[in-house]
Amino acid sequence: MALKLDDNIFIAQLDGLASWVRKNSLWPMPFATACCGIELMATASSRYDIARFGSEAMRFSPRQCDVMIVAGRVVMKMVPVMQRIWLQMSEPKWCISMGACASSGGVFDTYSVVQGIDRFLPVDVYVPGCPPRPEQLIRAVLDLQEKVQRTGTINAREFRDRDHYEGPTPLATELPVEELVVAPGNYRTGTRLRLN
Amino acid sequence: MPAYLDVLNAKFPNAFTTSAFRDNQRVQLDAETAPRVLFPLLRTLKEQCGFDMLFEVGGIDYLHYPDAVDRYCVVYGVLNTTTGERLFVKAFANDPDPVLPSAVPLWEGANWMEREVFDMYGIAFTDHPDLRRILMPEEYTSFPLRKDYPLRGHGERHNFQHLTRAES
Ligand code: SF4
Repeated sequence: MALKLDDNIFIAQLDGLASWVRKNSLWPMPFATACCGIELMATASSRYDIARFGSEAMRFSPRQCDVMIVAGRVVMKMVPVMQRIWLQMSEPKWCISMGACASSGGVFDTYSVVQGIDRFLPVDVYVPGCPPRPEQLIRAVLDLQEKVQRTGTINAREFRDRDHYEGPTPLATELPVEELVVAPGNYRTGTRLRLN
Repeated sequence: MPAYLDVLNAKFPNAFTTSAFRDNQRVQLDAETAPRVLFPLLRTLKEQCGFDMLFEVGGIDYLHYPDAVDRYCVVYGVLNTTTGERLFVKAFANDPDPVLPSAVPLWEGANWMEREVFDMYGIAFTDHPDLRRILMPEEYTSFPLRKDYPLRGHGERHNFQHLTRAES
């Protein structure tokens, strides 16, 4: 015997339902450290209007956010701050790495700039570009929505097996001693070089 | 010759050399005399020659520089706000322990600028009230603007713990 339900009753999987609800109101945490942040602001402006996709509520308190958008280069001194903000966000949470700098260090391959935040944080969506256009960021939000819909579960089970390092292979950062610049020196007061 | 150079010559004979480029006047103190002469010289400039403003303190590493004699240099830019004259005092220092007297007793504004020179070049300033790193993290051990410091550092950028998704 077929069960007849009223027209205002729907049947869905709980996981799918939760993901559907979540994906349409992803509140961003704008972790904007450099020029990409300007593009992030433009994305929220009326011209590009990220509100069409439910992500207009930028919250400056990590406890109210669902997705951290790291926009710009991150220096060494900032990594503990970034990790703390990430840890303060409540589950479920996602991370978008926006721009060449956040994703790989970009042109700033110097002593102080981190070569990709995915070395220290789990990242879900990367946005290429320097800076990415607002359309690209909107595309990233749409991709994240798709990811949430496909993999999301009501009690965040899908994060449980992401327990390994997801970043790139480590850089050969340490120069061998023989490649360090050491000059014999010709200094009146007997200068010698100290290898720091 | 500017009048303040006569004052300096009378007070510190043969202690410094001078040079000029366009309207930039420079006074150089080599590494042997700088620790002794720099502070009284700056005091004379401030109190007797009217250079009442210290507008810049910066560092230079002259490693591999052609014809350089001493390695480190700290440049003090002073300005006479009445006449508009500018003067750059260059004091040199050498390894293994580059040390210069601090200008903070004369100009409070030297405080952070000297901290920056210390942070980037490792030049210590005696009698500085609070000589700590100002830009780099406290636990950093190198001096990144020295010419023998590799561009990518010694791996300090990667000294942090990775957070995996499951544990965060
Ligand atoms: S990717 Fe380009 S625009 Fe973005 S922070 Fe880096 S330099 Fe700036």
